[in-house]
Amino acid sequence: MVLSRVSTSSSCSAAVLKPLATALSLRRSISTDTTPLTIETSVPFTSHQCEPPSRSVETTPKELLSFFHDMARMRRMEIAADSLYKSKLIRGFCHLYDGQEAVAVGMEAAITKKDCIITAYRDHCTFLGRGGTLLEIFGELMGRQVGCSKGKGGSMHFYKKDANFYGGHGIVGAQIPLGCGLAFAQKYSKDETVTFAMYGDGAANQGQLFEALNIAALWDLPAILVCENNHYGMGTAEWRAAKSPAYYKRGDYAPGLKVDGMDALAVKQACKFAKEHALKNGPIILEMDTYRYHGHSMSDPGSTYRTRDEISGVRQERDPVERVRKLILTHDLATEKELKDIEKEVRKEVDDAIAQAKESPMPEPSELFTNVYSKGMGVESFGADRKEVRATLP
Amino acid sequence: MAAIFQGVGAATALSPSNSIASKKFQLPTRRSVSARKRGIVLVRSDGSLNLGLNSRGRRDQPLITNAVATKSDGSAASTASKSGHEILLFEALQEGLEEEMDRDPRVCVMGEDVGHYGGSYKVTKGLAEKFGDLRVLDTPIAENSFTGMGIGAAMTGLRPVVEGMNMGFLLLAFNQISNNCGMLHYTSGGQFTIPIVIRGPGGVGRQLGAEHSQRLESYFQSIPGIQMVACSTPYNAKGLMKAAIRSENPVILFEHVLLYNLKERIPDEDYICNLEEAEMVRPGEHVTILTYSRMRYHVMQAAKTLVNKGYDPEVIDIRSLKPFDLYTIGNSVKKTHRVLIVEECMRTGGIGASLTAAINENFHDYLDAPIVCLSSQDVPTPYAGTLEEWTVVQPAQIVTAVEQLCK
Repeated sequence: MVLSRVSTSSSCSAAVLKPLATALSLRRSISTDTTPLTIETSVPFTSHQCEPPSRSVETTPKELLSFFHDMARMRRMEIAADSLYKSKLIRGFCHLYDGQEAVAVGMEAAITKKDCIITAYRDHCTFLGRGGTLLEIFGELMGRQVGCSKGKGGSMHFYKKDANFYGGHGIVGAQIPLGCGLAFAQKYSKDETVTFAMYGDGAANQGQLFEALNIAALWDLPAILVCENNHYGMGTAEWRAAKSPAYYKRGDYAPGLKVDGMDALAVKQACKFAKEHALKNGPIILEMDTYRYHGHSMSDPGSTYRTRDEISGVRQERDPVERVRKLILTHDLATEKELKDIEKEVRKEVDDAIAQAKESPMPEPSELFTNVYSKGMGVESFGADRKEVRATLP
Repeated sequence: MAAIFQGVGAATALSPSNSIASKKFQLPTRRSVSARKRGIVLVRSDGSLNLGLNSRGRRDQPLITNAVATKSDGSAASTASKSGHEILLFEALQEGLEEEMDRDPRVCVMGEDVGHYGGSYKVTKGLAEKFGDLRVLDTPIAENSFTGMGIGAAMTGLRPVVEGMNMGFLLLAFNQISNNCGMLHYTSGGQFTIPIVIRGPGGVGRQLGAEHSQRLESYFQSIPGIQMVACSTPYNAKGLMKAAIRSENPVILFEHVLLYNLKERIPDEDYICNLEEAEMVRPGEHVTILTYSRMRYHVMQAAKTLVNKGYDPEVIDIRSLKPFDLYTIGNSVKKTHRVLIVEECMRTGGIGASLTAAINENFHDYLDAPIVCLSSQDVPTPYAGTLEEWTVVQPAQIVTAVEQLCK
């Protein structure tokens, strides 16, 4: 459908908005139009113990296009990871995030790289959102040296220290106390930043969540607990696992907000609201109502505990990428063809990254023993025949 | 080929004046031969030390009359040689902690009752008043999460000291300690270091019951990426605490419930103990006795008897439970050819079991007899006093074992 092209303001060859550009990304003219646009979220927010933020979200065409670009890239990356797994280049566990992209992208739009994010094992897109490159991602998934953890972590252990992305954790729920610890460190150093500790509806039943929330509320930590509720904890539906599936209310004394996690703008609004709240009043829980198209991981077909109709229903009605596409088209911010070009470009980006990652070597055997201990203080692990002794501590 | 070592702290201005760990406790002591002096010590590959101390003259003496340092002997030596101050072990830990908190604003303490209460064993007494609520944090009873929080804070660069009120409670935090504390440095490809110290009292106390008498070192020893040390005297307690806080690696510091009131004279100046080093408590010729924490005192008590019977045991406090100081231990084995391990862990899967395996693997050719490992019984620690005594190794058993070994 061709819409009459409304010439918006200067569209120069601006680089991508988010610092995702690597040697692989092509420069493409994306509208740098920053005239504010107000869009209503799909559904109003429901809140617990607090005033919900307004449904009207301030955004700009530039932001919407960046949402589209980033989400398309994430979607493409996850689908490529799917085929790489099936061709046995990725082994072990691989948990895909397609369907949930709006959460990662909306969150990034509301915060800075100084705020911390920590999440569980479904971390590929969150890592990408924090500034990771496709090469690092595919490298790590395939266990190559070029991966973000040098091939030693794998799919569940992506970290990016300089962007304050703290992973990447395999054990369900264990990242929540870590996240509250990050918030504690932020309060300790008086940073005026916040931590988003993300977990799923399955992890919401972990005791350590409530322990950590209690401590965070007692000590007034700037911690935002984000429950990405995709309604299935592995193969168990939320109504079979939780007596009270209103996860945003589970904080009891801590306020909570329920958000449509398939709407990137709603996510952005909620995260902005949460950041302001946490800096003043301590922890808050955000429940993102989202959905994953793939199964729990690549070894799970995803259709034994839910119907294909349900999956395709959500894909038709609530898909985050499609929603943004429709928004862009109805507001005349770009043509259908431009959006298709973005998708093509993204596809090429991903293919290039995969090709490059495939050529990267496996880690050296000596890497087996590096990074077990930190060498900061000159402490080393020894065998029986060591000749050098002594740690020289300052 | 000689191995060269540098005294700990020699490179800095903080060297201890004298590494004598003399104790004013009623135990026999020898001057500590660990080469923690200033300057360079040359060690030849045959293990003989060239220190200039009188450590080599006793090979043929059947009865060693000066092996038992009496109270007066020890104290005369220490007070004459240096100033210092007398201190109890828990106070030494507190001193070490306080000095490190003064020195580095990133050090903070988290645990149950560490703040306003002053610590259940008084190790953190006075710190909350001095440093405030943000640096000495009273946590709710939630080990899993506050250990996790400590690890998360450590990922950003803070240096928390997490106290388990009793080491046994840290079983609740096992996931955090194993997966996050130990492995994050590796799985992140070196991006994050976890400079956390996890400490607390453990071991068999006085009729505390099974759940409060656990020896966690046997459970934690397989976790890759952590270091484990056990303190046994006020001197090494303070030194190890400081070294642990300064280390970039996660360190678990095992204290013992019964050792908190030991008194010793320690140096006034700033000093640290090498985290990886074993301590030579009493050099000898006939048998190497390896021990740590509370069993050190049982061993030294048995050593008194053994010396009177004509034996010359070499007693090494291994201190570093992970990794083992196989250098010191190896040199000792090469000298005496007989090893006795006395530990408080249970026989199955304890530190002694690992140490036996390590020594067998590496020093098999030097052994004249199989390694004997005396450990606690594989039972939950009973409440009744007599039974509890029999779960742990007693000095009489040590004496018997040495006699058997040296036949």
